[in-house]
Amino acid sequence: MAFGPFLLLALMEGLVTAAVLALAAAGLSLVFGVMRVVNVAHGEFYMLGAVLAWAVTTMIPGPPALAFLAAVLIAPLLVAALAAAADGLILKRLNYDPEATIVATIGLLYILQQAALSLYGPNAYPVTAPFEWRIQLPWFGYSGYKLFVVLAAELVLLGLWLFMTRTRAGLIMRATQVDRSTAQAFGVNVDRVYMGTFALGAGLAALAGVLIVPIQQAQYLMGHDPLLLSFIVVIIGGLGSLRGTLIAALVIGLSDGVISMFFTPTLAKILATLLVAMVLVFRPQGLFGARA
Amino acid sequence: MTNTLLHPTRRGLLMAGGAGLLTAALPGYVAAQAAPIKIGFQLHRTGIGAAYGRWYERTAQAALKAINDAGGIAGRPVEILFEDDATDPKRGSEVVDKLTQSDGCDLVMGTLFSHVVMGSAPRAGELKVPYLVCSEGYHVASGALNRWTLQPGITDVRAQISTMAPWVSQNLGKKVTMVFPDYAFGHDHRDFFTAAIQAQGGEVIAQIAVPPTETSFTRYFPQIPAETEVIYHVMVGPAVLTFVKELGEFYGTGAKPALFGFIDSLEAVDTATPGLEFLEGSHFWEAHPRVKATDAGEHEAAYRAAVGVDDNGASVSDAADVSTYSHMFSTWETLYFIKQAMEASGYTGPADRQKLVEAMEAITDLPYGIERPQGAKRFNGKTHQVFGSQHISQVQGGKLVKVHTTTIDEGLYEDAVDYTTMSF
Repeated sequence: MAFGPFLLLALMEGLVTAAVLALAAAGLSLVFGVMRVVNVAHGEFYMLGAVLAWAVTTMIPGPPALAFLAAVLIAPLLVAALAAAADGLILKRLNYDPEATIVATIGLLYILQQAALSLYGPNAYPVTAPFEWRIQLPWFGYSGYKLFVVLAAELVLLGLWLFMTRTRAGLIMRATQVDRSTAQAFGVNVDRVYMGTFALGAGLAALAGVLIVPIQQAQYLMGHDPLLLSFIVVIIGGLGSLRGTLIAALVIGLSDGVISMFFTPTLAKILATLLVAMVLVFRPQGLFGARA
Repeated sequence: MTNTLLHPTRRGLLMAGGAGLLTAALPGYVAAQAAPIKIGFQLHRTGIGAAYGRWYERTAQAALKAINDAGGIAGRPVEILFEDDATDPKRGSEVVDKLTQSDGCDLVMGTLFSHVVMGSAPRAGELKVPYLVCSEGYHVASGALNRWTLQPGITDVRAQISTMAPWVSQNLGKKVTMVFPDYAFGHDHRDFFTAAIQAQGGEVIAQIAVPPTETSFTRYFPQIPAETEVIYHVMVGPAVLTFVKELGEFYGTGAKPALFGFIDSLEAVDTATPGLEFLEGSHFWEAHPRVKATDAGEHEAAYRAAVGVDDNGASVSDAADVSTYSHMFSTWETLYFIKQAMEASGYTGPADRQKLVEAMEAITDLPYGIERPQGAKRFNGKTHQVFGSQHISQVQGGKLVKVHTTTIDEGLYEDAVDYTTMSF
């Protein structure tokens, strides 16, 4: 294949990775920024989103587009509700102590993963894409649904940005992020903010899972990679910074696409991990993070 | 009146004592006759091999029932203890350990994924327990393993490939690009096909290795050179459907090379899945044709009924649950192989394990029958590997239709090892 089309395909693949990664990492970043909780179970919320999407689409009859729309609405909500419950039952009782919550979310990771294994089983199941549309370029064909994923992720991230900057709830979340005690002194119900933030973060991961499942398949082990990549993105972008997360997701996604294609996917992972190490050494707060 | 209970006669005492001895001895005698033979089954119930594990378990259960209904092994009932290894090599050796040491199994069988075989076989050798794998890897016949490891139920990749390469070069093309999983099993494909196609005057112009845990494949396809005449693909794991779908998307409606795949790329996947239309007309290696062939043997129907598979190769209870038909017969045939060797060696318990392996090594001809639904086989006691015939099927109207069958002889190759000269 000639260089031009080769690069085009690499960039398209990279964009899809970046879009899904940005959604998942935004959730992780939000939870850390507001709550100072490192959520190790984040990848499992992504997995649950995919698995629930499979469950919803198999239960709802009718055209695939309708079933998929239902999954987009229902699966993230269910996962968000589960996360809210986990917050109330576990994290709140640990007083959001950073070390204790890491251990607790590791436990949560295994509980969710094994629950999925017990209830959903070890097999990978496909979800039918809402539409079968293929773009035929002169050099290669490409799935139209993948481009839809990029578009959908952009819209959701735009919505998230508007929510954080233009709404009262977003203002309260940002206030809690800047200074928890002062926010509390001004009458902010910090417990509720925390619960809402954890639910929102999990919901974003679940939405990423729903969007990816027609491309990949839902399987109980699928949360590993997104967790690792989300951490890479969030560390590079700066924990708690939405803008940094977005830019880092683009950098990691596109470089992953290009390096994977011109060299090997393993090299792409090596370089991403090296970048994390460099960022931690020379700019520990991340590219856009505020100094702690 | 004398009370015989308080003043028993000598005869009464003797009779009572004799009866007591008999009752005490009898259960022991019955138990020795009926003590079941315990077969440990290392199962990929979870992890990347789960689709295979599901069908390996069903097939082994069906064979177990058939064997027990016909009187068991040497008159003893048989039971199978299934233990999940999560398709993980480290867990695999622990499973061999547990089945042998804690559960007291007579032998261990059933492993498919070659990295788990490589991880578990050394432990089986240390424990001196027969370890019968159902894996296809060349690792048994290559001499890399030990005297306790045998593969009597399925042919190995090297034999499969040496029968496929001539057909590919004569019917599809000579310039081949290979796409394969990047671990032991895939490397067998890479090494043997590259050599076999060269012997046919063809050549492999690109080798594309994909990590077995990969979930996205489009990024690998641009490495396929434009002058490729045939794409040879073999993929495993939960993402095989994504692999074939993305291959279809990549070529789209444009011109594409001929496709020759190992059915592994589509095991447990319905060939009529939306997005797979591009496979129409392409060819697949199959060990055991998934769609019942018109000239299938006389035992095919009984085997399908026993394992619960319909004529299309899907579960009789759920048409969406497609079987791993070209691999699962190996567990059935391995169980019958165990039966044959145990009965020939007069096996009574773990102390006879060495005798059992020697009896297995002495087996050669394995004729077609309900014991071997895939077809007749020939066992090589020196290399511990079985040989059999292979099939090529073409996708016609969304279904796999058998178009070619090889002989056993086409798959034979020179022995690379003689395990019978190794110590136990």
